[in-house]
Formats: sequence, C-alpha cells, structure tokens
Amino acid sequence: MSNIENKSHNSPAIPGMTDEGEKLATEQVQDDTIRVEKKTVDTSRAGRPTSYKVEDFAELTGREEDWRFTPLKRLGGLHTDALTGQGVDISVSAPDSVSVETVNRDDSRIGSAGIPEDRVAANAWSSFSEATVITVGQEDELDQHIALQIQGTSMEPTAQHIVVETKPFSKAVVALRHAGSAVVSQNVEFKVGDSSSLTVVSVQEWNDDAIHASAQYAKLGRDARFKHINISLGGNLVRVTPSTKFSAPGAETEMYGLYFVDAGQHIESRLFVDHSVPNCKSRVTYKGALQGRNAHSVWVGDVLIGKDAEGTDTYELNRNLILEDGPRADSVPNLEIETGLIDGAGHASTTGQLDDEHLWYLQARGIPEAEARRLVVRGFLNEIIQQIHIPELEEKLMDALEEELALSNN
Amino acid sequence: MSTLEIKDLHVSVILDDENSKPILKGVNLTINSGEIHAIMGPNGSGKSTLASTIAGHPKYRVDSGEILLDGEDVTEMSVDERARAGLFLAMQYPVEIPGVTMSNFLRSAKTAIDGEAPSLRTWTKDVKEAMGELKIDPDFIARNVNEGFSGGEKKRHEILQLELLKPKFGILDETDSGLDVDALKIVSEGVNRAHQNNDMGVLLITHYTRILRYIKPEFVHVFVDGHMVDQGGPELADRLEEEGYVSYIGK
Repeated sequence: MSNIENKSHNSPAIPGMTDEGEKLATEQVQDDTIRVEKKTVDTSRAGRPTSYKVEDFAELTGREEDWRFTPLKRLGGLHTDALTGQGVDISVSAPDSVSVETVNRDDSRIGSAGIPEDRVAANAWSSFSEATVITVGQEDELDQHIALQIQGTSMEPTAQHIVVETKPFSKAVVALRHAGSAVVSQNVEFKVGDSSSLTVVSVQEWNDDAIHASAQYAKLGRDARFKHINISLGGNLVRVTPSTKFSAPGAETEMYGLYFVDAGQHIESRLFVDHSVPNCKSRVTYKGALQGRNAHSVWVGDVLIGKDAEGTDTYELNRNLILEDGPRADSVPNLEIETGLIDGAGHASTTGQLDDEHLWYLQARGIPEAEARRLVVRGFLNEIIQQIHIPELEEKLMDALEEELALSNN
Repeated sequence: MSTLEIKDLHVSVILDDENSKPILKGVNLTINSGEIHAIMGPNGSGKSTLASTIAGHPKYRVDSGEILLDGEDVTEMSVDERARAGLFLAMQYPVEIPGVTMSNFLRSAKTAIDGEAPSLRTWTKDVKEAMGELKIDPDFIARNVNEGFSGGEKKRHEILQLELLKPKFGILDETDSGLDVDALKIVSEGVNRAHQNNDMGVLLITHYTRILRYIKPEFVHVFVDGHMVDQGGPELADRLEEEGYVSYIGK
C-alpha cells in the first residue's frame, strides 16, 4: 500500500519523560503522527477532568482538544439539551445463565467501570433514568454470545446507559448492534473481572440521519483479557470513545476498529489506553476507508503510561485508505510515557490511496478495475472483521462492506 | 491459431505530468501460436518497456504504431481486457498485495478470463497439480498475493498463473533473473508445459542466454536502443553468448 506519510519527530511534548523512556519510545516508532501541535497548556491525558455531572464541564466551543474535529452543529443538541427523550429501544438476548436486569440510576453497579471525561458523556450520565445491567457469573464460560440490539425509533435527544460485568474466570462475547434513526448519547461500562475474558463488538449500522456519541469504558481486573471491536458504517455523526483502564497487573487489551465513511458522514474514534499499573499489554489497530465529498474520519489514539506502569507493552496503529477525491482523514496518535522501564511502546499512522501497482497487477490477470479495487479494499478491511469470530455477524458485515464498495463510482 | 503483430511501435515512458521520454523507436515483430521468440538485448535497450506496453502498463504511452492480436488493436483496450483477450505478462517484479489471498486471487482471475467461475472440484485439483509441479508449498495458497515471497517464489507464482490462466501469448519479462539453476529449471519446465499443452506463443525477454538452455526459441531477435537490430535462429543466441552485444552497440 502506498502511503502518504507525514513524518515528524518533534521534541518530546511529554512532560516528565525520562531520557530512557524517550529512547525506548522512538526505537519502536515506525512513523509518526500526522499532526503534532505545540501545546502551551498541560494537555496530558491524565489531567483531563472527569465527572458524572454535566454541570462540571464547561459548555463546548469546539476549540477543546477533544472536540476540535467534531462539528458541534451536527451533534443534535447532545451537548446542550436535556437528554430526556425515549428515542432508542434496547433488546437483549443472552444465554440463560446470564443475568439481564433493568435498574434505576441509583444502582450501585453504575459507575463501577467508568466516569465521563467529556460533556456529552456526562450529559447522558446526568440524564438517564434506567440502565441495562448484564452480569456473567463467576467461572461461567459462555458458548453463545450476548446480543444487544439498540434500535433508534425517534430523533428526540436520548441518553442510554449499559453496564456489562464479567465475574472472575468467566468468558463472554457481547455484540452491541446499533440501527435505525436516533440522537443518542450513551455510556457503556465493561467491568472485566480478574482472569475473565470479554470480547465486545460494537457495530454502528445506523440510518443516514442518526447522531451517536458513545463512551465505552473498560476496567480490567488482574490478568483479565479484553477485546474491543468497534465498527462504524452508518450514521450522520458517530463518535465512539472506547477506553481501557488497567486496575491490576497482568491484563491485556486489544482494541480494533473499522470505519467506512461515505459522502457527508463524520465518523470519529477516540481511543484511550490508561496504563497506570505494571505489566499490562495493549494493542490498538484501526482501519478506515473513505469515499465521497466531505466524508470525514477522525482517529485519535491516546496511550498514557504512568510512572508505576513498569513492563508495559503497547502499540497502536491507524491506517486510512482514501478511495477517491473528497474525503478527509485526521489521524492523531499520542503516546505519553512517564517511566522508562517498559517493554515497548510505539505507534504508526498512515493515510493513502489505493496503490496503482496493486490494481495494475490484478488487472493484468484479467480482473476488471472495479473488482480489482474491491479486492484490495476488502483485503485491507478484512483483517478487522476476522477478529470478530461470530460467523453470522462477520458475514453480515462483509455484505455491508460490499454495499459500501458498490457505492463508489470508480 | 492466433497471431500477435507489432507494427512500427513507438512508445514513450511518462516521467511526470509534463515530461516523457521516447523508449521504443519502431518495433516490428510477428508471433504465431506455438512459436517461441527470444528478445535479447543489453540493459536499458527497452526490452521490458516492450513487455509492459503490450500488457498496458499506464506508465507507457503509445505514440504511434499498432499491437494487433488476431487483427484487433490491443492498444485500445484496458489492461484487464488485454488479459482477457489472451495476453499474459509474467512480470519481472511481481507486486505484493496485502489482504488478498492467492486462492481468492487465482479464482478471481480465472473467473474473469473464462467469463465464468471454474467448477470447484476441477479447479482445486488443477491448482494443486500445477503447484505440485512447480514445487510450490501447498500453504502458499492461503497466503497473501506475493507477500513475503522470495524472488524465486514470486517467479514460480507467475508461471503458476501462466499455466492456470492458459493465455494465447505469454510474455516473459526477465523471468530468469534472480533464479538459481534449480528454480530456473522448474520455471522453464512450466513455460514449456504451457507452450505444449495450450499451443501458447512465447515472447521471452532476456539479457542472458542461460534460460535458452531450457526454453528453446525458434527465433532470436536482438534489441538495441528501442528497436530490433538483428534476427535469426537459435545460432544467433550462441553467437551473443560468445560475443555479447558489443558489436551492436556501436551501430
């Protein structure tokens, strides 16, 4: 794949980074961020305010670090209005051994894995009246996945809250599928118990008018395994902010993402991996394809390695494929390192077009150009789909990608 | 019986939006089904440009002249149309394509060339057999196209495609370069099989005579500075082996 890469190795913008940490970091870096800006204030991810209350966050202006790419006008009031609508229905299908409850907002399990870091998430947290709580019992290894269907029914601004907990030594796969039309801000908490394993697939296949902000928080216990696959295809504005926090050593997170952005769509993915304890591992791999006028993707990957996080091993990667003139892809990996005693840390970001030589080779074997393009793009995105391991969902998503590819007129 | 005719072909390489450079300066050549022609010449003479132009690489522009396949001008065709019409270029540097498996690629190509999907059972058998004869590890079918293949492995995969896609004419662009003698023998046997089984015409482009010990041309052309300067039978290759291109370069 030919990549248009902007390489910049700026002076370390990371306060408190030791020489040793700097060296380790640059050794691993293959290519660097597209956009690195001089910062005059402390923008460390660790310093970002957190609160459950919307009033603790200032009103948004669009100049905030975490909102500077988002068109606030298209947020449908998620940042300004009370989110009192009933615009989404949720239905859960789960194996019998799984507990599925609808609880009031004062339930003690709410807030066990997450706390909002922005106004839109806090607005939802301040507004929701009932939450869905799903619990996988201790040592329960599920052989079927838990399916949550979130169906948009109206454009009233709505708040939603979901909590998923896997108790120690359990194993589960959860698929959240979003469809229909809605204006919704959502907080989804994943409390991943000690030595448990949780895979989450969040699929945004909304109608063209949907507006969706989703803060998804994972808090991992000792030796826990978490895998998050975030797939955004449909919707007018979709902003998913998945985060992993390690609360005890030995845990691993893998965070994958795929977005296919069409004309006029804004799809934003903001990742945060918080390495504050020793010996944890994280891998982030996001891939996007963009086509059409004003298709806009934003990928921001923040990784914070705290001063106690010795033995951390982290790598994050974002690749964007621009299929025709007109789209814009913003890609910003951020790595903050406060200890030098790590195993490895690195990131890479590339944005480019389809490689003419790939098309030449396939066409030289008789494959028509349109099909050759599809083969290459499918290959590019398939790496993420393959992580799902739910055959019927993989198949549906491959079909959806085929439909996206059929839209491209080149 | 098919014929590939190249008539007074002039071609430039496109350097950028404004600049181009003439490479081929009036090439004439006729190949019939079942014939093997070797085009030999020093580096930089334009041999590979001729190969890539026949296949339609977008980097090359035909300024004048014709390339006719059974009377039809292929310069009017897209790259994939040429392949479907029966032309195959075994590339000097086959391209790596991430995420596309050999298996998917071969089936897509076969389907495109034949105009219908091959019957699954015979296709699987054909692929296995052809891979076996070219001593390609069966695991390669699940790997991505040319990704991580060694130089020799890439060349064998080019010949695998040549055998499976059964073109009317195979154009081999420096197929011998970078091959050790064992790999050269395996690859040459593959070309000879395709030649015999499919009555394929062969245009063998090479700098060295080594491959001509395994693939026997009936016609040898000497190519210098963008056109043919001499032609003859196999004896011409023997002479080039002894004398090199020195006597032509001064002309």
